[in-house]
Amino acid sequence: MERIPILKMGEFLLVTIQVDMHDRLALALQDDLTQRIVDTSARGVLIDISALDVVDSFIGRTLGNIAAMSRILDAETVVVGMRPAVAITLVELGLPLHGVRTALDVEKGMGLLRKAVAGRRPGDGYRAQ
Amino acid sequence: MDIERSEVIRVTSSEDVVRIRQLVREWAIRSGFNLVEQTKIVTGASEIARNTVNHGGGGTLLVEAVNNGSRRGIRLTFEDKGPGIADLELAMKDGYSTGGGLGLGLGGAKRLSNEFEISSRPGEGTRVRMTRWK
Repeated sequence: MERIPILKMGEFLLVTIQVDMHDRLALALQDDLTQRIVDTSARGVLIDISALDVVDSFIGRTLGNIAAMSRILDAETVVVGMRPAVAITLVELGLPLHGVRTALDVEKGMGLLRKAVAGRRPGDGYRAQ
Repeated sequence: MDIERSEVIRVTSSEDVVRIRQLVREWAIRSGFNLVEQTKIVTGASEIARNTVNHGGGGTLLVEAVNNGSRRGIRLTFEDKGPGIADLELAMKDGYSTGGGLGLGLGGAKRLSNEFEISSRPGEGTRVRMTRWK
């Protein structure tokens, strides 16, 4: 089965979703990412969705799950590059992605991750925002 | 209401759901919908297509380019011969789910359309018809 590639960049993992994901592919990404966070002791995950012209409730939920799971595994997640039409549609759909940090582009997302990781003591784990 | 063009597509797998997103996008572009409208139509289609696969055991989608004299639109009709929905009012509620999802599919798709009709008989199947006008 095809997989979404996960790149390691220092203490961060970088995922660029370039295909319209069917549900099993989104679930595989969720599983692969959590495993890679543990394997690499990654402190942050950056997910670039700028190529996605649709984020429906399933993909939105998967992004939320990834953010929640990575937080429990002591890593921050930032989703970057959401298209304006996708943001409008997600809110109207009823899925405003509470609990998912977002940034407009990869550069701002990396900045946000660095700041989030620098502000945490090692082993801080999950904490209320 | 006139039907300008129509096409029937099979909806049986999660790959079909992706194909439907792409096809409905093409139809929305051809009907002259702007990017935000296209995205709403495609997202609504994706929600209902997933229901057709996961709850209805597969079915069909009828895509139609329609016009009512003054406005053009797209009408999507999903039909399956699955177990049906016993309590439609409950199924339309946000947060109600039998499939392990968020329960946003039906209510969300309704919010993303201008007209939304659902009919279902337990044991006979479900039909969802949504229309978006320009």
